[in-house]
Amino acid sequence: MTQLQQTYPDPLSVNEVPIQQHFNKGEVTESSTPREPNLRPRMKSDRPSKETDEIKDPAVRIQDLSVWYGSKQAVGNVSLDIARNQITALIGPSGCGKSTLLRCINRMNELISGVRIEGQIEIDGEPLYIDGVDPVEVRRVIGMVFQRPNPFAKSIYDNVAFGARINGYQGDMDELVRQSLEQAALWDEVKDDLKGSGLALSGGQQQRLCIARAIAVQPEVILMDEPCSALDPIATQRIEDLMQELATSYTIVIVTHNMQQAARVSNRTAFMLAQEDLVGRLVEYGQTEQLFTSPSNKRTEDYITGRFG
Amino acid sequence: MSTTAVVNPGRPQRFGHRRSQQFTERVIAAVLFGCAAVTVLTTVGIVVILFSEGLSFFREIHPVDFLTGTRWTPASGNFGVLPLILGTLMIAVGASFISIPVGTLSAIFLAEYASPKVRSIIKPILEVLAGIPTIVYGFFALTFITPLLRDSWLPDVGIFNALSAMIVVGIMTVPMVSSISDDSLRAVPESLREAAYGVGATKFEVITRVTFPSALSGIVASYILAISRAVGETMAVTVAAGATPHLTLNPLESVQTMTAYIVQVTQGEAPHGTIEFRTIFAIAMTLFAMTMIMNLLSARIVSKFRERYE
Ligand SMILES: Nc1ncnc2c1ncn2[C@@H]1O[C@H](COP(=O)(O)OP(=O)(O)OP(=O)(O)O)[C@@H](O)[C@H]1O
Ligand SMILES: [Mg+2]
Repeated sequence: MTQLQQTYPDPLSVNEVPIQQHFNKGEVTESSTPREPNLRPRMKSDRPSKETDEIKDPAVRIQDLSVWYGSKQAVGNVSLDIARNQITALIGPSGCGKSTLLRCINRMNELISGVRIEGQIEIDGEPLYIDGVDPVEVRRVIGMVFQRPNPFAKSIYDNVAFGARINGYQGDMDELVRQSLEQAALWDEVKDDLKGSGLALSGGQQQRLCIARAIAVQPEVILMDEPCSALDPIATQRIEDLMQELATSYTIVIVTHNMQQAARVSNRTAFMLAQEDLVGRLVEYGQTEQLFTSPSNKRTEDYITGRFG
Repeated sequence: MSTTAVVNPGRPQRFGHRRSQQFTERVIAAVLFGCAAVTVLTTVGIVVILFSEGLSFFREIHPVDFLTGTRWTPASGNFGVLPLILGTLMIAVGASFISIPVGTLSAIFLAEYASPKVRSIIKPILEVLAGIPTIVYGFFALTFITPLLRDSWLPDVGIFNALSAMIVVGIMTVPMVSSISDDSLRAVPESLREAAYGVGATKFEVITRVTFPSALSGIVASYILAISRAVGETMAVTVAAGATPHLTLNPLESVQTMTAYIVQVTQGEAPHGTIEFRTIFAIAMTLFAMTMIMNLLSARIVSKFRERYE
C-alpha cells in the first residue's frame, strides 16, 4: 500500500458525498463554461479537495453513454468524469464493457460495423459525438495502447515516426523519435538499433514501443486497454512506472483485470459490472484508495475481495 | 531406431502398441508418400524428356542462333525464336496492364470497403469469371472484342490481333489477382489497422501504409501467378491472335505465342522425329526457363519489400 500513499498526499481524505452525485449533470456546473485548453496549468490543479471528490475541469467527460452491438446493448448509461493528468482505472469482470467504453473515448469503436452509440463524450468541454467532428482528428488527440503489443513490421524509428508523419509533423523527426522513446523508457535499449525491426523486440519492449508511437503524436489523453496483460511481471513493473511518469503530462485511462495494478497505479477507479441483462453499467467510481479500502457498494466489495461470480 | 531405450525383453501391459492402429498408421503414411512420389516422379520425368529432346535439337541448331534469330519459319530452316518470345511477352505484358490494376483495386475494394452484402455478390461473380473455359474467352475475343475495336476507334485492326488477345487474357486473369490479393489483405491482423487508426490515420492511410505493405508478398505472388498464366495461356490466344509468327510490337497485327506454336506442331503439321517436331521441346525448355526466372525474380522482390507478420 506504500504506492497508494505516495500517490495521495492526503490519504485520509474521505468522500462523504454519495457516489451518484458525481455523475449528476447538474451538480458540476463549473465545467459548462467554455475553456481555452492551452491556458490552463496542467499540473496538480485538479487534485481532489479534502471535502469532496468532485472533479473540477475534467479532461474527459462521459455523459449517459450507451452502446449497442447490433441489437444487443453492451454499455448502459455510463456517466464518468476523468480527471486531468491523473490515472483512471476501469475495472470489472470480463464482458462488462470496459473496452467498449474505452474505445468510445477516441471514437475507435465505430470502426466495428453495426455499432450504435448514444450519449455524449466531451474532451476539454468539446463534444465528440456531434455532426462535423472528424474521428481521425479525435484519435490524434486521444492516443491508444492496445492489449497485445502491435508494432508495425517496420523499423523502430518508423514505428515511432508513423503517426507524426501522417499528421504532417514539421519539426525535427529524429528529435521527436528520441524524445518519444525516452519518455517511453525505451531509448537506452534501442538507441543503437533504430533501424532494426520493431518486431525483433521483446514483448515488453514492443509495448513500450507502442507507447512511444502513441506519445509521438503528442496526444492529450492516452487510453490503455490491458496494456500489461501479455507481459511478465518485470515488464509490467516497467510499464507501471512509465505510466506514473506519463501521468505528469498526460491524462491516462487504463483498463485492467489486475486489481493490484489498479490499486498501484491509479488515482481513481471505476468499477463496471454487467448484471442479468448483460448490459455493462458503472457501479462505483471514486478515488482508488477509497474504492479499495471502503467501497460503498456491496458488489464492488464482492468483486475486489474476489468473492465474485 | 537409436532412440529405443527398451532393453528388457517382455510384453508391455499398458503401453503396448495397439496392432490395428499401428497398421492403419503405416498404410496412411504409405499412401501419402505414394501420392507425393507420383508428383515428384512426374516432374522429374517431364524435365528429363524436355531436356533430352531439347538438347538433341540444340545439337543441330546452335542455341545462340535459336535465341537471337528473328525469323521463325521452321519449314524453310529459320529457327529464330524471338518472334515467338516477343509475341508471348507482348500478350503477357499487355494482359497484366489490365489484370494487375483492375485486380488489385477490386481486391482493395472487396477487402477494405465492400460491405459483407456487396462482397457476397461480387466474390461469386469473380469466381465464375475464373471458371469460364479459356476457349470461350477466345471466341469472345474473336467475335466480340475484335469487331468492337474495328467498329469503334481502330478500323484497321486485323481479324487476328494481339490486342484483343491481351484484353481477353487480362480479363481472364483478373480473378486470380483479385482473389489472392483479397485473401492476403484480409489476412492482415486487425490489430495493425487499429494501431494505425489509433494514431489518427485515415482509412486511405491505413490501407496504403499498413494494410497493403503487410499484404504485399501475397499480392506480388498473385501478380506473378497472373503473368505466368498469361505466358502459358494457349487456347484463347491462339483463337484471338492467330498463328503468324511476326517479329512485331504492333498489337494490331497477328502474332504467334510459344504455346500456340506448340499446339500447331502437335496437331500433326510436322512428322515425329524431324527437327521441326523437336522444335517444340526447345520452345518448351525456353518457356520453362522463362517462368523459372520469373519465379526467382518474384521471390527476390517479395523478400525485399514484404513486411512480415507473425
Ligand atoms: N465487436 C463486437 N461485436 C459484438 N459484440 C461485442 C463486440 N465487442 C464486444 N462485444 C460485446 O460487448 C460486451 C462488452 O464487451 P467488452 O469487450 O467491452 O468487454 P470487456 O469488459 O472489455 O471484457 P474483457 O475484460 O474480457 O476484455 C460483451 O458482451 C461482448 O460480447
Ligand atoms: Mg476488453
